[in-house]
Amino acid sequence: MIMAENLKNPENLVYEKTKVLTDRVLHYCPGCGHGTAHRMLAEAIDDLGIQEETIGVAPVGCSVLAYYYFDVDMTEAAHGRAPAVATGIKRVMPEKYVFTYQGDGDLAAIGTAETIHACNRGENILIVFVNNGIYGMTGGQMAPTTLENMKSTTSPRGRDVKTMGAPLKITELIAQLPGTYYVARHSVHTPANARKTKRALKKALEYQKEEKGTCFIEVVSNCPSNWKMTPVESNKWMEENMFPFYPLGDIKVPQ
Amino acid sequence: MAKKGDVVIQIEKCKGCEVCISACPHEVLAMSEEVNSKGYHYAVKVNSACTGCANCAVVCPDAVITVYREK
Repeated sequence: MIMAENLKNPENLVYEKTKVLTDRVLHYCPGCGHGTAHRMLAEAIDDLGIQEETIGVAPVGCSVLAYYYFDVDMTEAAHGRAPAVATGIKRVMPEKYVFTYQGDGDLAAIGTAETIHACNRGENILIVFVNNGIYGMTGGQMAPTTLENMKSTTSPRGRDVKTMGAPLKITELIAQLPGTYYVARHSVHTPANARKTKRALKKALEYQKEEKGTCFIEVVSNCPSNWKMTPVESNKWMEENMFPFYPLGDIKVPQ
Repeated sequence: MAKKGDVVIQIEKCKGCEVCISACPHEVLAMSEEVNSKGYHYAVKVNSACTGCANCAVVCPDAVITVYREK
């Protein structure tokens, strides 16, 4: 134990919270993937040394307060309109790195038009899409991404595809647009997956510097509170139910 | 032999989600009996098998874990 005490000095440091995140306590529920997704994006920004040149756009949803947590310039967009706001920022300041951070209710429901058109125009922005298959902030209503037969407060008997439509794979849809350059789907529930997410986000920001077009990274995540599970159970449920429908990996990679 | 590592946990920011426990390959972490001022059980180190792999810190949603490893 004496040895262990001696280890805690700066030259032995291998991991600490990045300075691109503020010290504020996150308001997210215990075990929510948002915290890890935030940190992977912040670490990517930190690694590239672009904290001073990055501008973020926060959505409406659980991550509406993202601007409290990222220590970069940020603004808030009306529900779903983050890609449109990011378009404006990027066009006025093309030398900046611009990202949006959106949930599935924001990006795939009310913001479908803005998302699709920003991607179709190939705006040089990074869109981070956190998909947990439910409306988290408002209390667990069905989202476009809710799985077939998945229960939510507005589909208490499970999502019936006949009347409610099939879950929307918006990332695959986006990947077909000529304006997108790099589209991938990852998760942050295990160390390996979180590290892959960070690598993908870093790559996407590098492509933005090269003005390659829209980069779109989906992070499949959990919602322990609204799925009504413990965080560890929700991660297991996500692996068993979300991943077969939302498979992880690159969807569109640069040729 | 694997290098020795150590973790420092900010117990007041921990929300007791237990994601770090399943991420640790050496079963170093467990939940405390006590609770912090918000009423959450928090992660604690229960043995000295830590190798400083940082897996726990990478998956911690609240970034409460700092990791050290001998050089």
